[in-house]
Amino acid sequence: MIQQDGGGAVTTARTHAAPLIGSERDRLLWMYKTMQRIRLFDDRIVRLFNSGRITGALHSYVGEEAVAVGVCANLRPDDYLVSTHRGHGHMLAKGADMDRMMAELFAKETGYCQGKGGSMHIVDMSLGILGSNGIVGAGIPIASGAGTAIKIRGTDQVVSCHFGDGASNTGAFHEGINLAATWGLPVVFVIENNLYAQFTPQRMHTKVVDLAVRGQAYDIPAVSVDGNDVLAVSEAAGEAFARARSGKGPSILECKTFRWFGHAINNPGSNLGRDQAEIDAWKLKDPIPRFAKVLVDRGIATEAELEGLKRVVEEELEHSIAFAEASPSPKPEDALRHVYSELPEGCEL
Amino acid sequence: MRQLMVRDAIKEAIKSEMRRDPRVFLLGEDIIDPWGGSWKTMEGCYTEFGPERVRETPISEEAIVGAAVGAALCGMRPVAEIMFSDFTTRAMDQIVNQAAKFRYMTGGQASVPLVIRTAHGAGRAAAAQHSQSPEAWFVHTPGLKVVAPATPYDAKGLLLASIRDQDPVIFLEHKMNFTTEGPVPEEDYVVPLGKADVKRQGKDLTIVAHSRQVLRALEAAEQVAKEDGIEAEVVDPRTLFPLDVRTIVDSVKKTNRVVLVTEEVQRGSFAEHVASKIMEKCFYDLDGPIIFVAAKNTPIPFAPVMENFVIPDVPDIVAGIRQAMKA
Repeated sequence: MIQQDGGGAVTTARTHAAPLIGSERDRLLWMYKTMQRIRLFDDRIVRLFNSGRITGALHSYVGEEAVAVGVCANLRPDDYLVSTHRGHGHMLAKGADMDRMMAELFAKETGYCQGKGGSMHIVDMSLGILGSNGIVGAGIPIASGAGTAIKIRGTDQVVSCHFGDGASNTGAFHEGINLAATWGLPVVFVIENNLYAQFTPQRMHTKVVDLAVRGQAYDIPAVSVDGNDVLAVSEAAGEAFARARSGKGPSILECKTFRWFGHAINNPGSNLGRDQAEIDAWKLKDPIPRFAKVLVDRGIATEAELEGLKRVVEEELEHSIAFAEASPSPKPEDALRHVYSELPEGCEL
Repeated sequence: MRQLMVRDAIKEAIKSEMRRDPRVFLLGEDIIDPWGGSWKTMEGCYTEFGPERVRETPISEEAIVGAAVGAALCGMRPVAEIMFSDFTTRAMDQIVNQAAKFRYMTGGQASVPLVIRTAHGAGRAAAAQHSQSPEAWFVHTPGLKVVAPATPYDAKGLLLASIRDQDPVIFLEHKMNFTTEGPVPEEDYVVPLGKADVKRQGKDLTIVAHSRQVLRALEAAEQVAKEDGIEAEVVDPRTLFPLDVRTIVDSVKKTNRVVLVTEEVQRGSFAEHVASKIMEKCFYDLDGPIIFVAAKNTPIPFAPVMENFVIPDVPDIVAGIRQAMKA
């Protein structure tokens, strides 16, 4: 047999995952720092794209940081996460290495997917991330499958399944959540409702306002929370994951939020039709300064300490760009690898 | 040797692999006892292995295959049944965009070791949405392996190989073939993916057929041997991808004439892919044009007289052989 493989699971050298042990302060500061990692990363890729240094279909998570971070603050390294085309935030919040992420966006051999995936398929399987996904809604039944694996093995792991308001109108949403509800699977379905399905506002694609009401149809717990309040997200997600871990089945968690940029960075038309006043109003609800104020007001950190954390992230970001730029490109013929794990001797692709 | 029907050979493979490997589980519609699947290939599995490993699903093909993908990514070995191959259309995103591409998109980080068993083929007056042979949809998709056994022996050995394979496998079972009997060893054995089988030796022409049409090709070969003195070689690729091109080409180089038999509509079929491989590899060995004995390029009609007209049968293959020998 010919090994078509040669890849294997990526091992992330440095971990950025949520701290399992340590003080509440450690956990809160991890949340702040991780929100900054997402913000600075996805803010920078816009500029990298506009200056022609990176290419491809890129979807910015800027504005939605509190969702990924509030949810992932409750996850263990052995828990699973299912992401979307707008997946950088989930990757970073689950603990991904920024160097390898940036290298993938630069289409380099050192990227997480060795240049085969790009932004929409960036993934670190060793962190339990079961795909970013270019097909809206496709991750929902996959998450139910991960929940099935957990249930058969009888462990107390959970699955965090992320998707947007647009995905909530796919058949996969119904099929996947109905399956999870019927089988009592340990999955939390996180609807990141950023109010737009690609370009189309929610009122034009969905009659209900709170997407969490759909939980009633599956007889599972479902709540809507302020997705720009990281503590509210974290608390609601914590309750949902606790239910899942103790065998009480799936939940829906709708987080209402807003993406600052258009649907895709590489699509200049994707912000058309959005009212600047709406964007400005949401920027006033920026989740990061909002959380910083809580940390300072409660005496958990000083402004200088928070500034220090941000500087650490800035250094990490600069390092990732330097790493990506210095990395080799894949060979064109590497395109022929990884199609199958193995093929018989002499078999043509 | 002991004789088994195809469906019992499949059942034996499933049960023995579930006993051997705790990662293997089943999911699909109406698969628990007392039903054991619409084709009775999983009778007794629920009783033996219980509700965690034999999972009755809603009529949700996208969720069936999606759940299989998710579980496979987490290290399980799901064996999903899609009752009719026509219904794979409801799961095509999960098959084509997810199962097939996951390894590739992740640069080899992920494996998706799952099997989708599904019944294909015509012959039951089940009309256009329960009778198709969609082999080409899957053969066309890089990342999938496609298996189509003809005999009980191959069904057991190929299914065991498929469940143990690291890649997603579409396992096509012909719905007119479940009660076909043949010798099947009791012990564990695999028929490797990518290895064709010469089901009948012959020097005058090569027939390539798969699934149920192998049996019809063998019948036709016996008839022309008796009536015309023509010795046809029947090559069963058994796996449509990976395809054992070498065995096909070796046969064509020996016989110099080719008849391709398939129950697929000919246009864009797996059989046309075989023809393209023959043209690439041994065009100058051919004494005449490749003859196709394929389904007509129509949906499958209901009325049995029309269904029989559309689908190749033994007289059609005999006629194809005689035409090939004239060139």
